[in-house]
Amino acid sequence: MKFTNEWLKDHLKTKKSELEIIEKLNHSGLEVEKVEPVKNELSDFVIAKIVKSEKHPNADRLKLCHVDIGKKELVKVVCGGPNAKDNLLTIYAPPGSIIPKNNMKLEVSKIRGETSYGMLCSEAELNLSDESEGIIELNQNYKKKVGKSYFKGNSNNVIELSITPNRPDCLGIRGIARDLSASGFGKLIDIKNIKLKKHGKQTLKVKIQKNKKQACTLFGSCLIKNIKNKESPEWLKKRIISLGLRPISAVVDVTNYVMFDLNRPLHAYDADKINKGIIVRNSKKGENFKALDNKNYSLDDGMCVISDHEGVLGLGGIIGGTRSGTELNTKNILLESAFFDPEITRKTAKKLQLNSDAKFRFERGIDPNSIQIGLDKASEMIIKICGGQVSKSDIQSTKKIKNKKIFFDPSLASKTIGIKLKTNEIINILEGLGFKIKKTNKVLAVEIPSWRPDVHGEIDLVEEIIRIKGFDKIQSIEPERKRLKPTLDFFQRHFHLAQRSVASKGYLEAITWSFTDEKINNNFKEKFEEIKIVNPISSDLNVLRNSLYSNLIFFLKKNIDRGFENQSLFEIGPYFTGNKPGEQITVVCGIRKEKDLNIFDIKKDVVQTLVELGIDRKEIKVDTNTPSYYHPGRSGSIMTKNNQSLIAYFGEIHPRIINNTYGFEIFLEDLVKYKKQNKKEKPTITFSEYQKSDRDFAFVVQKDFQAQLLIEIISNVDKSLIKNIKIFDVYEGANIPKDKKSIALKVTIQSDFKTLNEKDLNEISQKIISDVEEKASAKLRS
Amino acid sequence: MSDFEKLKGELKVKLNHAKTSQEVDIIRTNIFGKNGLINSEFKKLGSLSPEDKKKVASEINNAKQELTKLFNDKVLTLTNSEIDEQVKKEKDDVTLPEKDFRIGKIHPVSQVIDEISSIFSEIGFSVEEGPDVESEYYNFTALNTPENHPAKDMHDTFYLDKNMKTLLRTHTSPVQVRTMLNGKPPFKIIAPGRTYRSDSDQTHTPMFHQLEGLHIDKNINMGHLKGCLNYFVKEFFEVDKIKMRFRPSHFPFTEPSAEVDIGYRVENNKIVIGEGDKWLEILGCGMVHPNVLKNSKVDPKKYQGFAFGIGIDRLAMLKYGINDLRSFFECDYRWLNYYGFDPLDVPTNYRGLSK
Repeated sequence: MKFTNEWLKDHLKTKKSELEIIEKLNHSGLEVEKVEPVKNELSDFVIAKIVKSEKHPNADRLKLCHVDIGKKELVKVVCGGPNAKDNLLTIYAPPGSIIPKNNMKLEVSKIRGETSYGMLCSEAELNLSDESEGIIELNQNYKKKVGKSYFKGNSNNVIELSITPNRPDCLGIRGIARDLSASGFGKLIDIKNIKLKKHGKQTLKVKIQKNKKQACTLFGSCLIKNIKNKESPEWLKKRIISLGLRPISAVVDVTNYVMFDLNRPLHAYDADKINKGIIVRNSKKGENFKALDNKNYSLDDGMCVISDHEGVLGLGGIIGGTRSGTELNTKNILLESAFFDPEITRKTAKKLQLNSDAKFRFERGIDPNSIQIGLDKASEMIIKICGGQVSKSDIQSTKKIKNKKIFFDPSLASKTIGIKLKTNEIINILEGLGFKIKKTNKVLAVEIPSWRPDVHGEIDLVEEIIRIKGFDKIQSIEPERKRLKPTLDFFQRHFHLAQRSVASKGYLEAITWSFTDEKINNNFKEKFEEIKIVNPISSDLNVLRNSLYSNLIFFLKKNIDRGFENQSLFEIGPYFTGNKPGEQITVVCGIRKEKDLNIFDIKKDVVQTLVELGIDRKEIKVDTNTPSYYHPGRSGSIMTKNNQSLIAYFGEIHPRIINNTYGFEIFLEDLVKYKKQNKKEKPTITFSEYQKSDRDFAFVVQKDFQAQLLIEIISNVDKSLIKNIKIFDVYEGANIPKDKKSIALKVTIQSDFKTLNEKDLNEISQKIISDVEEKASAKLRS
Repeated sequence: MSDFEKLKGELKVKLNHAKTSQEVDIIRTNIFGKNGLINSEFKKLGSLSPEDKKKVASEINNAKQELTKLFNDKVLTLTNSEIDEQVKKEKDDVTLPEKDFRIGKIHPVSQVIDEISSIFSEIGFSVEEGPDVESEYYNFTALNTPENHPAKDMHDTFYLDKNMKTLLRTHTSPVQVRTMLNGKPPFKIIAPGRTYRSDSDQTHTPMFHQLEGLHIDKNINMGHLKGCLNYFVKEFFEVDKIKMRFRPSHFPFTEPSAEVDIGYRVENNKIVIGEGDKWLEILGCGMVHPNVLKNSKVDPKKYQGFAFGIGIDRLAMLKYGINDLRSFFECDYRWLNYYGFDPLDVPTNYRGLSK
């Protein structure tokens, strides 16, 4: 919403400066977005002084002037005016400006080899007179105005407000004035009784058809006959321009003017183009019309249209049609001032993807009581400019307008705001905003003005009160340092720990989109269903990710393109298993790409992280079942004991997707759930004081035999004596049969109760050998 | 003087002159070896009278002790000088680079979430979370944003079905409703998380982070809201004083609603938060609308309180001087390295927020 201070003063009698007004608007909920000078085609022309003029080196009749235009540096302008001389005050047109005389856009140009930045103007060039002999000579009074615009009326600023959707009343300048006046910023000027001589009845028949969900409940109209439509007068044009609109003709400009002045959208029809009468009705599917934006619209069922006996004239509250549009030669017009339901209007506009100033207002809620004043104000202006006679108004209505009433307990204001407010002060504020109040006992009966559709309940009144009173009046209360609950819950603590645990292993944390490219996602989708975004921001971010790898690998590749061959990235966040709330899983996903990396590096990272998260190394088992995006022979899944849950995958990413890259995924919910179910007290530790002994073994086993199993067999031989098992060599090759391999390991044996003697040690060694040979079909390597 | 005494004297002299540990080893054998001085003296004891035996034995033991000490001293001296010799020869160019080390980093958004959590932890807020995929109901309807209301235009929503019933949450506010439905008042929570809007330009990304705050109790008013946010902003920017202003605004789920600006000035092309005559909008807040409380099964006649929503990414940008929002999500290795935080640098309220 744009307005100028000068226009505001039509409605508000105030002595406050523009700056004070801006400040106040910000503090009462009408956020000032921008303050800019009114732009017009003449504001570019500035007062300038020729500091030095010299002869053009290549042309006798031209001069090269060094001109002060109020900027730091002088500009060089080539000038043909014979009167150009040092210290002359004149008018300068910068490159980009449009010269009124010929409507030519000025550009930086070379004139006989010298570059000219702009032009010094003659009166003729600016349409000031026919004088074209020399450049304008200004008197010495202009000396202090060098750099300023020459043409007056440019000192006005356009103030642009960002009006929140609850305040349709402030989409008109009068509403803004009312708010300021309620804030103690002057007096709202009464709208003068418009004295219009009205001639006869409105003779075009208007009918609001009874339809299901009829958006139009009020339709006011009047005829203005024998007008001479023309260009608007200067003052009106200026105001239209200040709104950011283009002046079109008096009739159109006046309807726009009233819309912005009183927040009262109007529409003017060429009455001679209306066939018999107006019917406001719901559209039928397939009806067509050409709107004023010159586009054809094909309508659906149930859209509110203004039609005549021939067909659709316009969309109610949204846009008019070309068939009945006014033109400069229009003689008779029908003015419409109506009320359309916000919700239905919005739906229709959304379906047709149509936007207009009228629609913007109707969908927020227009004052139904502004119909008559809108017609009168516009008629008055049109007759003043274009002549003609106006008929009496015809107002069709299908619904009675009744202002809402609410009972308001004023103590709610203090209770909500935290400062004591007197009931009188509350009443003053509300009355200033147009609310009507009756005091009954302690409760106020408040009648809500028809221009405030946003006020429904008591709390809305509290907002009005504090908004006008000022948020700066609220006393700040120091927060209490008391904790009712731990800050992080069990899961969140693991999230936090996992994040820092992985980062501490050299991984950089990345945050990537939750959505990804369907094509990339297909690599990782596995059993999940694709979750499409109906309206993606771009086609390469069109599905929710089924894995964190999708985006991490995408960006890893980008970094490779940037020249980083070695990288470790990780992300902790959701992937999605379905399109319902909660169908998501939190994963810690890391990827590593480095020279000479192998599966055991990544395994170390993932296992160490799990251990740091409180999973006992002895409780996990590695399986070889992994999703298809891993290298089938170089990847594993990590299960908790008794195969209770799958808590991680690790391995080489399938070379079809990316080469020489390793990654892991830890499933945080499952991990935390496992930990919750297997919570145990940490037992007191005792250290054995007795001698410990190491024994080395090498077993020859089948090539595909899993080392993990070997360790399991040995540790089961004697859980109390066998303290540690460490594999130190895996060998295939000479002296070993082709389908076999040798696994060498060191077993640490120690008793908690005595020093083991040679006999004890031999016994347990024998047991180890026999168990392994039996259960693993192995042979001790001799 | 006995032969023994004489031999002992000679050995002492020899030992004194010994220059290498090999020489010492030979002398050691001469004294302590199987046929060495000590042992041969002990052997002689057998031929002595019991009286003499006792006397001589004691003499030998004394001598043994004396010699042992001499030996140990000599060995220590020699070893030390040998080590010194060795050390003299060992000289490395210590200016050569150390071995490679890899330092991982925590993303600034994560770091800032931890900072914020730490700050609110101090005044008793706990952390809640909600799903990224939301229903239309939780994201809008329950939050007093009716269908076909222009307030919805403020959110460009990503939808997951044609009927627009499931969507990616456009804000963290649905967590308010979910939390209240799941428990009993009072509520004092913050909820950080990913949020999504179909918007992409210089200052908008289709995914970003928000932090929701909610405090509901019997008598929580706007004074508490002001105090809470004032405390938070001061702690977060680690300044003693902060200029702050509350501007009335509109959000369907709070009433009254406000936007909060903080004062700043520009110094050497950098934003200095706290003082100055310029204003920067940093968050939206207000008193929770009674309709939201009703929808969350909390009686608005008994309970009231405030809520606020903060753009986490924006706060991170302000605090750590990051210019481009989009760079947060582009995973540029150099960027992550430069703006990321050491994983050991955990913000806590006893150590402080930043290093």
